[in-house]
Amino acid sequence: MGRYILRRLLQMIPVFIGTTLIIFLMVYALPGDPVRALFGDKAPDAATLAALRHQYGLDLPLWHQYWNYLSGIFKGDLGTSYSQQPVASILGAAIPVTIRLALVAFVIEMVFGVLFGVISGLRRGKLADSVLLFVTLIVIAIPTFVIGYVFQVVFGNNLGWVTPTVNDSYNITQLILPGIVLGLVSLAYVSRLTRTSVVENVRADYMRTAVAKGLPRRRIVGVHLMRNSLIPVITFLGTDLGALMGGAIVTEGIFNIQGVGNVLYKAINQADGPLVVGTVTFLVIVYLVASLIVDLLYAVLDPRIRYA
Amino acid sequence: MPDTPAGTPDNSGAVETESLGGPAGALASGGPHADNQPGGKERSGGSWASAWRELKFRPIFWISAVIILIVLLMAIVPGMWTSASPTAGNPSHYLGTPQLAHFFQADWFGYDQIGRSVYSRVVHGARASIIVGIFTTLGVTVAGILLGMLAGFFGGWLDAVISRLTDIVFSIPLLLGAMVMLQAFTQRTAWTVTLVLVTFGWTQITRVMRGSVITVKQADYVQAARALGAGNGRLMFKHVLPNAIAPVIVVATISLGMYISAEATLSYLGIGIQSGISWGSDISDASEQIRNAIHLLLFPAGFLSATVLAFIMLGDAVRDALDPKLR
Repeated sequence: MGRYILRRLLQMIPVFIGTTLIIFLMVYALPGDPVRALFGDKAPDAATLAALRHQYGLDLPLWHQYWNYLSGIFKGDLGTSYSQQPVASILGAAIPVTIRLALVAFVIEMVFGVLFGVISGLRRGKLADSVLLFVTLIVIAIPTFVIGYVFQVVFGNNLGWVTPTVNDSYNITQLILPGIVLGLVSLAYVSRLTRTSVVENVRADYMRTAVAKGLPRRRIVGVHLMRNSLIPVITFLGTDLGALMGGAIVTEGIFNIQGVGNVLYKAINQADGPLVVGTVTFLVIVYLVASLIVDLLYAVLDPRIRYA
Repeated sequence: MPDTPAGTPDNSGAVETESLGGPAGALASGGPHADNQPGGKERSGGSWASAWRELKFRPIFWISAVIILIVLLMAIVPGMWTSASPTAGNPSHYLGTPQLAHFFQADWFGYDQIGRSVYSRVVHGARASIIVGIFTTLGVTVAGILLGMLAGFFGGWLDAVISRLTDIVFSIPLLLGAMVMLQAFTQRTAWTVTLVLVTFGWTQITRVMRGSVITVKQADYVQAARALGAGNGRLMFKHVLPNAIAPVIVVATISLGMYISAEATLSYLGIGIQSGISWGSDISDASEQIRNAIHLLLFPAGFLSATVLAFIMLGDAVRDALDPKLR
């Protein structure tokens, strides 16, 4: 197991270098002068421009800039935004907010997704199953920003059950509606995935054996069926963390949550290169670590997978 | 050691993730196609013909086909649907309410905040979504089939290079990568968005194709063709491709809807299409008027969702018809 973890970590290195290089090149090598853009319509004098370029290291060759950036990451230095704040401290304020939101969404999609999936898988072909398949299809087809606005108007403005926008992200009740919106599409995927998995496994030999042994139904479903059916679901949940981070851009915008998605959205609109690169790098690291954890979880859930 | 499964869902949201990994083997081993099959009447056509026989009787298939046909016609000949201009506003129509009995009239879906016909904007907005959806899917499918075929068929260092490159691009969530790349373009059309989505979207089909090719190339009929002296080119395109392509078609159809949804999301965020009409940016504009004119949101959102839904349902139906396990 130890050797497997080590090899898996080594495999992450080229992927990490590759992804950061792509992001870096997209921001800095594509046309457009970020320093010039800082001044808008006013034309600054050449000396000011040169001084600013020097301060941000933009006068260095591109490979040198990338090297500075890469070595900075390992010292916890994600660079300085064009608004003169360290990127790490901007993100430091935003990350806990997004983590709280993502956790709410994650718990909702996991609990209800698995629950709906198991119910409908065990009642294959019945009414509950058809309703779930239909509703999840509709949910997947409607874009998140439409669902977000409709929920905000219906539950926030018209019914008044929740505040339409979030002003205190420590207040979990305020995060429930944005959490549902953020997790809804994934919830639909998790239900469908769990359903398929349950339908396949319910006919397996070990299930028949468990029934023949006279085990209580709760144990058969809760232990024998679940352990085998959840493996594909775990894979999905791991990669879904990346989707949640991306989806947070839309959801945080609608509900005015000051998280990572909001930071990134503003940074892109203001063409704040260092902030964009820093934020996306952070999100990619989260995604890579999540897929590492998923691979390791496989071993715990499926003893057939052995790590040499 | 578990390699990443061929069908790991990507962030663009692979519908029915279970379909991606599973059928690669099941479909691929479904048997050789017409080319190397002696044509008896009862066996003619292989799995495509039997899939069609299956599809013909599915209402879901026909419903989604009709929706797709309508949207396609809107995209190609908007003049057939409305003569009202989507851009010229008349201030006297400010936020006019929908007249649901006035079929195909300018005021059918009401007017927006500068008095433009919402119906006309919905019709003309179809083109951007369809261009992005169809051409992104074409692009990622061609790239994915070529790269997946090369990696799966030849293996070795070529496979290593392509697979690592796939891993790298796969680790950048689609929307994030697209946002960062799009902000570098000053003039953004439907074609720019297509290019950017292809740049970050090709990994999924490459993985599916690679897995499928690896299964197919071990089949007896491929070995037999090789023994008869067929070259690599003939093996790849005559024997492996037709038998390995089914799971790719399924994934491509479903992801077409997802790319339409991604375009709308990007336009909604203000970094998608600038020139021209897009359902996404209309929905974004509507959000300012959401409390007093909900029709501005509902009609473009409804057409957008129906289009995405139609492609997903079509993909689902095709998969069910192709996958013998589910019959």
